[in-house]
Amino acid sequence: MMIKLQAKDITFSYNSHPILDNVDFEIAPARLVTIVGPNGSGKSTLIKCIDRIVSPQKGSILIDRKDVTQMSRRDVARYLSYVPQSSVRVFPTNVFDTILMGRRPHIGWLGSDDDEAKVWDVLRLLNIERLAMSNFNELSGGQQQKVLIARALVQEAEVMLLDEPTSNLDIWHQLDVMNIIRDVVRKREITALMALHDLNLASTFSDRIIMMKKGKIVAAGDPTSVITAENIASVYRVQAAVRIMSDRPMIMPLQQIREGRA
Amino acid sequence: MIGYKTVFFRGKNGNGQSKARRAGKKSGMELAHDKFKFVRLFFVLAILAVLILLTGIIITLGPLNISVPDAYSALLARFWPEYFQVETLTSRVVWNIRFPRIVGGMMAGFGLGICGCVMQAVLKNPLASPFTLGITAGAQFGISIAAVAGFTLLGGPYFIVGNAFVFALLCSLFIIALAAIKGATSENLVLAGIAVNYFFTAISQLLKYFASDEQLRLMTNWGMGDLAAFSWANSRLLLVIFLICFPLLMSKSWDLNIMTAGDEAAKSIGVDAEKTRIFIMVITSLLVATIVCFMGTIAFVGLVAPHMARMVIGGDHRFLIPASGVLGALVLISADAVGMNLIAPTIIPTGIMTSIVGVPFFMYLMMKGKRKEFWT
Repeated sequence: MMIKLQAKDITFSYNSHPILDNVDFEIAPARLVTIVGPNGSGKSTLIKCIDRIVSPQKGSILIDRKDVTQMSRRDVARYLSYVPQSSVRVFPTNVFDTILMGRRPHIGWLGSDDDEAKVWDVLRLLNIERLAMSNFNELSGGQQQKVLIARALVQEAEVMLLDEPTSNLDIWHQLDVMNIIRDVVRKREITALMALHDLNLASTFSDRIIMMKKGKIVAAGDPTSVITAENIASVYRVQAAVRIMSDRPMIMPLQQIREGRA
Repeated sequence: MIGYKTVFFRGKNGNGQSKARRAGKKSGMELAHDKFKFVRLFFVLAILAVLILLTGIIITLGPLNISVPDAYSALLARFWPEYFQVETLTSRVVWNIRFPRIVGGMMAGFGLGICGCVMQAVLKNPLASPFTLGITAGAQFGISIAAVAGFTLLGGPYFIVGNAFVFALLCSLFIIALAAIKGATSENLVLAGIAVNYFFTAISQLLKYFASDEQLRLMTNWGMGDLAAFSWANSRLLLVIFLICFPLLMSKSWDLNIMTAGDEAAKSIGVDAEKTRIFIMVITSLLVATIVCFMGTIAFVGLVAPHMARMVIGGDHRFLIPASGVLGALVLISADAVGMNLIAPTIIPTGIMTSIVGVPFFMYLMMKGKRKEFWT
């Protein structure tokens, strides 16, 4: 099997409080992979460790067998792009300039017409060209998320990391953003790895799902093998009904499991 | 067929767009963006032209009557004496008395403007100015101990200036070191800066409490900020510092653009946010300490010039840094010109005049802005 992204023994602790404990996984090219798990399971931290926004105490991250932990930050940005959950800007910036920032790993000081052309292409791809001159801060949550995805796309990295891209979005925009991500994974053959809270969205859109609990991977594989009533009971402490709809498992949470209490 | 697609499927069909691009056609948004880029460049060039014009006008103000063309001729005659001729008296007044003060004001205003601009970016704080780092407090402390305790680091004519410079730098380096150890986040830097500011201000006030009348006067005068201390010799020193610092700051324009989006975003796009922050702090400290030790506190320019520039040209630091600098220079030399001539022959200190003239103007711009965020 071809491997695009590989994480080896990633261990991270914050003030000697362990967050990630020997996390290990491999991802094939052009796949959409989601990381799910309860609050505090280490999803977002794992994403940040991979992009070296925080440095893991132990472990390595390989892209095409090249070690990301040994690269300069600029080189990392050529291999990995990152879409934050949200971004508040103190000083207003228009959408075009916000996206153009993603070209920084590639451009010189002057910038070129080619870089601008790439920004226009991505603006059209995501169908947000009309927002080009709008102030980023004045956009709706869904529009902001698209702009952040656009910024990651112009970075032209082969692996895109996303930190809960659908949080704070209504269901229409959740589907919109997930469809966009799936489209770019298919069309541009990008590998996308995202942390996600919504299990049904993860199930609907993912090629593979990684389920985490307390900094460890407890299950990984295709949605049907990971999204099961047993896994949800043990990882989330929630009793859930799981039904298969168009080949994908869908869950309906029923009640909390309160072990150890009367 | 291609024409049909480009006309009817623009914005939907990916293939059609790139063909439209190759054919050189631009969408309405692209044209709007081109116009924005033009306005941005035009603004920087326009304020530069205003600065040159204003220089000529300010030179004419004073007891000796000099016309605007004579003012320019006197300046150009220094470089091309074969083409420009002026009377010796005019030449001397312009070159030795009036122009140095203007050059000093321009350099100080420019320096404070660009430092304010980059400080606001790396601290992600619209209230940041060159003085957030405690530079003034440090300089004031240096002057206080020179005046009261007679302790100086350099002798001769530089005994006051030298103290101001060294203590200003020490103070900001202390803050930077603190932040470097604890993590150079914008919050840490702003908090450390404010704390150190209060501390050194308190010590200066303690020294004032024990000072004699003469010592008090020395300390107070410096605190008002004045261009009178500027001479050609000082300007040359400032110019050297400028030629080192300005290109270094400009070279970080892209990183500064990205850093306003937050440290995480910056890191993911390949900018080491904390290193860049410390780099910018060190450069600004050097530049501001040099300006402040010669002319005292002129706080307003560094805070406001970047906001004025941002209102017109937006947040791209490739243009914002020079525009903030030129606007800073404009505000400072116009305020100083008013201060020099309002109740001549008494000269009102530059620092006082900058705030008295500048604040109402800034308030006007703030109220006039249509958008919610006034610095847009």
